Amino acid sequence: MNAAVAHIRWLEECDASSASVVGGKCASLGELISIGMAVPPGFAVTTHAHDAFLSRHAVRERETELLQAVDYDAVAEVTKASERLRDLVEDLELPEETAAAVRDAYERLSDGDDVPVAVRSSALAEDLSTASFAGQLQTYLWVEGADAVVEHVRRCWSGFFTPEALSYRHRQGIAAEDARMSVGVQQMVPARSAGVLFTLNPVNGDRSKIVIESTWGVGEALVSGEVDPDRFTVDKVTLDLLSTVIGNKQVEHRPDPSGGGVVVGEIEADRRSLPSLSGEEAVALARMGKAIERHAGQPQDIEWAIDADGEILVLQARAETVWSQRERPPTVEKKGSALEYVLADLLNR
Amino acid sequence: MTSEPATRTFPSPFDVPAPPGAEDWRRLYPEYYLFSEERRDFEENKFWFFDGLHNPEPIYPFDAIMTESWWVFLNQFLTRVWQVPPASGIDQRLVNGYLYVSPTTIDDPAEIEQRVPVFLERAGQYYANWDEIYDKWIVKAEDCIDRLRKIEFEPLPDLEPIETVTSVRGTTSAWDIVHRYDELLENMHEMACYHFELNMLGYGAFMTFSDFCKTAFPDMPDQSIARMVGGVDILFFRPDDEVRKLSRLAIELGLADAVLDNDDPDDVLRAMGAAEGGDRWLAALEEAKDPWFWFSTGTGYCHQHRSWIDDLTVPFGAMQGYITKLQAGESIDRPLDEILRERERIASEYRELLPTDDDRAAFDETLALARKVYPYVENHNFYVEHWHHSMFWNKVRDLGRVFQAGGFLVDSEDIFYLHRYEVHEALFDMLTAWATTNPGRPRYWQDEIAERKRIMEKLRAWAPPPALGKPPEAVTEAATVMLWGITTDMVEQWLDAQGGNGDADGGPAALNGFAASPGVAEGPARVITAVDQLDQVELGEILVCPITAPSWAPVFAKIAGAVSDVGGIMSHAAIVSREYGLPAVVGTGFGTRQIETGQRVRVDGNEGTVTVVDE
Repeated sequence: MNAAVAHIRWLEECDASSASVVGGKCASLGELISIGMAVPPGFAVTTHAHDAFLSRHAVRERETELLQAVDYDAVAEVTKASERLRDLVEDLELPEETAAAVRDAYERLSDGDDVPVAVRSSALAEDLSTASFAGQLQTYLWVEGADAVVEHVRRCWSGFFTPEALSYRHRQGIAAEDARMSVGVQQMVPARSAGVLFTLNPVNGDRSKIVIESTWGVGEALVSGEVDPDRFTVDKVTLDLLSTVIGNKQVEHRPDPSGGGVVVGEIEADRRSLPSLSGEEAVALARMGKAIERHAGQPQDIEWAIDADGEILVLQARAETVWSQRERPPTVEKKGSALEYVLADLLNR
Repeated sequence: MTSEPATRTFPSPFDVPAPPGAEDWRRLYPEYYLFSEERRDFEENKFWFFDGLHNPEPIYPFDAIMTESWWVFLNQFLTRVWQVPPASGIDQRLVNGYLYVSPTTIDDPAEIEQRVPVFLERAGQYYANWDEIYDKWIVKAEDCIDRLRKIEFEPLPDLEPIETVTSVRGTTSAWDIVHRYDELLENMHEMACYHFELNMLGYGAFMTFSDFCKTAFPDMPDQSIARMVGGVDILFFRPDDEVRKLSRLAIELGLADAVLDNDDPDDVLRAMGAAEGGDRWLAALEEAKDPWFWFSTGTGYCHQHRSWIDDLTVPFGAMQGYITKLQAGESIDRPLDEILRERERIASEYRELLPTDDDRAAFDETLALARKVYPYVENHNFYVEHWHHSMFWNKVRDLGRVFQAGGFLVDSEDIFYLHRYEVHEALFDMLTAWATTNPGRPRYWQDEIAERKRIMEKLRAWAPPPALGKPPEAVTEAATVMLWGITTDMVEQWLDAQGGNGDADGGPAALNGFAASPGVAEGPARVITAVDQLDQVELGEILVCPITAPSWAPVFAKIAGAVSDVGGIMSHAAIVSREYGLPAVVGTGFGTRQIETGQRVRVDGNEGTVTVVDE
């Protein structure tokens, strides 16, 4: 099959230019791989595959028909249309060539035993920059087995028709025939530790710092606020570890040993207040964050994990949105000479 | 830090008891150096802190010339020459022989306003012509040292040499001694003027850059700032570099064993003398010695810290370490190119992170000025404290030998138990006896010195509290923070520490200080309180000391980390640790008293903490 209409594309074949085919998330993971970052292996189910699915079953026609009379201000009407479309999608099979491509890719990812993967929608890049995106992104973690992966791709596609997504497209004036999505399938990391990293100090916007929050196990406990994480501050320029504040980490999310998702477990008392990262790991993460920021050209908000072997993996990197959008006040009042700066300094002490 | 009622205070300087047996300590020093009823109101309301940075031990009466030299010659530049707008002088007093200092700032805006144009005109001239002024400064300093070298003291002759008659000079050996002693004191004060001529302006420029950086990037580590400004061509690494060269030469000549097998420097010299090719090495040693071994094993401020030129134990001990490393195939070179590359990289990366072009312009201006003044800031120590002062102390010793030859002193070193005005008296006592050929009063001086030795012994055993008098609400004075490393938090800690039993013993297992050089190290502690204990330091230990001097640099090749009681980010321990890439925490206040040799300690040079890991 021609690459331009391939149903799947491996992440390492993606970059910023493939966003229209694999969505913003997969495109950015491809970019990360291209600059040498370790990213859990995976592939994107492309917009071509989505397109083919929608066309094969005349879903688009059905969509146009159902939405024609919808009053978008009436929530109940949008919801009703959404339910119908989602019922329709969930009753349909994936086109055989798409299902085969997904199964084949999954098996290559697994290399024998079924490997747990995350299946999540990867929206088109132009949508990512807006904050009103909630509700369109589906994420299914710890999915195992080719059948289950195919099933979850379909669920993501069904999520294409949530009421939020329909309203959003309407507001943005995106015609039904122009809308599509990609789905990412990526190996789960059985993380020893995981967390987030900002390439600035989120407390005061100081761009010379990198701040890392970390906890034991996979990152969900931290993102959901269930734990008081460890916090590491690293100087962005010198990569010196400047401060370490150890949190009290009560619980961790870890892979269910019986397979099928994660379990939330209480952390043993003596491990709660142990640092979930070594100083060297914090510095290695900061070095990674600095490289990603440099490549992206703006401050980043990064999700990462460290596996049992101590390897650092980037799960996601996106532009930081809070401080990056504010105006930055000048540090000093401009003076005519170095001497005047000295005087001002003496008088300010 | 919890806020405490403002009533917390340090002991009044008037309530500090003398150690038993040393009640009479005041007789060792000039009256103006003491707390007195005459100035009581003024003195009691000030904050005095112990200057362990320059004078960790009680001051010998003669050595007070050194502390007084900055009492006058530093302060005059602040107040009478530059009129640094917000700065009054830094006062001094002695308590039980220990030096306490108290900086003052001017708070009245009108007074500050008046001083501004004076400062701008005067400091402006110096900053604008800094490079030229610094070049001239080197000439002045070397000339001053050259004149010092020429001052010689010889024992009084029974009969004046015939040249006194044939030259018709009219003056005599007695006049020579009086004149040369005066010359010696003048020479010391002259160097003190040069010392402080550039000092405060240099530090001021550095602080301006430092403060700019910390405003732009809150909590920027001091070491980042120092790394952007610091050079690598620093004179005070030169003596150590000479030791490295001699180490390489010993190996090259196949004479490494002469160094490795002998712990006594005299034995090394003998072994070299006896070995084939040893004369080449000895010639290289002589070549290196002057001036590079005029390198005090202390700060240079105290006569008892001999320089390498007098005692080769430290450089030869270091040589053993270097030779061992070289033989094991390790490099002993300081990574100069890398340090320079890093300096430029760090500066350009921080610069890039600034928000506006105006800020980048301010960064460039203040960094350029800081770098311009920095050669002086880093190098003056070698000219002044090491080369000049070490030579000065030896000249005083030469005079001591004249007294000893005249029967006035039992030992030439005893001269340091007299303050400089008393030396005049003793000199005239000896000269009157010499001139009249009748008895003088040597017993008077010998008895007095014996008593003073007893008193000094008691004073040495006393532990000076870190501060006296009224604590400031916040420590803002620049020199206090930067040179002495004293911060508001530290003052609070001292207040906390004295809260219990009135001293620092039994304090917490963690000590806080300045994060002076990044990294974390753990190892057995080696507490060193005097330079003659330096040879006890073993590979991988954590050096715990009151303060380090540049001549301790070789020991940094052995240790895993450093902790000092006193000192800020620009203190020697901090600079040398950064150079060697060792974690260091300086200004811990109580390190040498709370840590014991052999305890396992963890030095966190990122956080500025020192923890005893086990007992």
